[in-house]
Amino acid sequence: MSLHKTPITTDLSKQTLVTLRTLSASQDANPGSLKNYEALGGYAQLKRIVTGKVKATDIITEVKVSGLRGRGGAGFPTGLKWSFMPRYYDGTKYLVCNTDEGEPGTFKDRDIIRYNPHQLIEGMAIAAYTLGARVGYNYIHGEIWEDYEIFEAALAEARQAGYLGEHLFGTNFSFDLYAVHGYGAYICGEETALIESIEGKKGQPRFKPPFPASYGVFGKPTNVNNTESYASIPWILQHGGQAFQDLGVANSGGPKLFSVSGHVEKPGNYEVNMGIPFTELLEMAGGIWKGRTLKAVIPGGPSTAVMPASAILGTTMDYDGLSKAGSSLGAGSMIVMDETTCMVKTLKRLSYFFYEESCGQCTPCREGTGWVYRIIKRIVDGQGKMEDLDLLTDLSANISGRTICALGDAAATPVLSFIKHFRPEFEYYIQHGKSMVTGK
Amino acid sequence: MLSQASLDKIEYELTKYPKENRQGAVMSALRIAQTEKGWLSQETIAFVADYLGIPAIAALEVATFYNMYDLKPVGEYKITICTNISCMLRDADTIVDHLQSKLGVGFNEVTPDGKFCLKEGECMGCCGGAPLMHINNTQMHEFLTVAKVDEILGELK
Repeated sequence: MSLHKTPITTDLSKQTLVTLRTLSASQDANPGSLKNYEALGGYAQLKRIVTGKVKATDIITEVKVSGLRGRGGAGFPTGLKWSFMPRYYDGTKYLVCNTDEGEPGTFKDRDIIRYNPHQLIEGMAIAAYTLGARVGYNYIHGEIWEDYEIFEAALAEARQAGYLGEHLFGTNFSFDLYAVHGYGAYICGEETALIESIEGKKGQPRFKPPFPASYGVFGKPTNVNNTESYASIPWILQHGGQAFQDLGVANSGGPKLFSVSGHVEKPGNYEVNMGIPFTELLEMAGGIWKGRTLKAVIPGGPSTAVMPASAILGTTMDYDGLSKAGSSLGAGSMIVMDETTCMVKTLKRLSYFFYEESCGQCTPCREGTGWVYRIIKRIVDGQGKMEDLDLLTDLSANISGRTICALGDAAATPVLSFIKHFRPEFEYYIQHGKSMVTGK
Repeated sequence: MLSQASLDKIEYELTKYPKENRQGAVMSALRIAQTEKGWLSQETIAFVADYLGIPAIAALEVATFYNMYDLKPVGEYKITICTNISCMLRDADTIVDHLQSKLGVGFNEVTPDGKFCLKEGECMGCCGGAPLMHINNTQMHEFLTVAKVDEILGELK
């Protein structure tokens, strides 16, 4: 099996490889093989914890100390989330991993499952031990079929080696883990939509509360975390929570995978310490392509506010740094735009995405995203009116906060932030029927 | 209605779920059926539902909700190209124009010989390799250029 269809283009020497640590150790065609992972001390933490009967509360404390926050975008403290799972429950508890990356610009979890799947499996097994979960599912984005098969193969390897299944290491701890796949729905990255999808239903989010910790897969207590979050766990337990926190900055423990795409010379994933200056990360990605200059950055995927160059150049890449600068870290999905980018056309594409992907459950999102898209399309078609800009702002503000899940807010954010920061471009387009940037 | 090989694959998927939750496997079962048949007719969807012991409407709801299921014939090779932001910034439009003129079809159309169908996709989560496309929901091709597209199409002839 040729795993490296896509060459690893990023320079590893300046990175802090935690979730992708197999890359540092191996030039192998399959860096994520069980043999390579074991050579790095893989599964030693699981064995230590299970055979040593380490207390669940001690593990949760260590995860809290690490400062690890949910890597899927919401940034909720992982240790705290784990403490919400009921300790005693008469029945099966579930563990779910969210590898359904569909937020444009996000492609980090794909590299974990294809280059270091066993660290994810070990992280999930440790979480299962800690939370008393008997069964786990890793829900993988539908479009990355080849990577799904790599993960299925890794699961088979782990079962064969006795790291998954019944009575692990001769103890009473048993954990079965399965891979399931999506089939094309952005909304399934929302944890309750993902749970519906695992159950074989349309991916429409559930009303919360109840939260998955009390009512999750098949109505049973369920813990849902992102791929990168679970994959960080073995490292945290090997080196200690404090060591992980110390790699990052206040309120943002550890390193983080940043997916850099768009107008850079070397797009790709960069695992670097939280708090890295934006300029340093941009430099690692080869800088702006074709010698051009930076115009804007969406720092964490389109559900985070776009930032003009002036706002992001002095920023550090961590939760507090980006929030102070008027946006947020999201999933660390940095989309870089150079001076030739027409913000009106870019917003049109993003609006179409949210319109297309709205699950249709809540009226403000189902109808609102369509209205927003049609108005922006009207502007791009040369039939915009100046009052459209206020209408767009008003509409978006009325979607935000009025839906069951966060997709409504996500759809509103690009509209509000693009118009806020690049209003003259929108006004020019409406007045002249063409782009101020491209002249077309 | 489905081959034994496909039914075996569905049985494997069923092992992932509790015995009383056979519906869990419906997404996989529809994917397996589509891979065998090329697309999902109402009859195929009803067969899958029946096999799993769930109402046909429950399977149809899933088939219509997720965009990688094809409810109409899509030819031998379905080419789905991402045009979302990261791909757009790296000139996916040029690739789209090239595919459309080379194949002589627009989005959601099948070539007269029934060989190719072109679809516009949403983000596939591989934006570092933009622009990109996948074929028949399985093979991902990244860092596309016009020359690379010609090479890929050449291999599919």
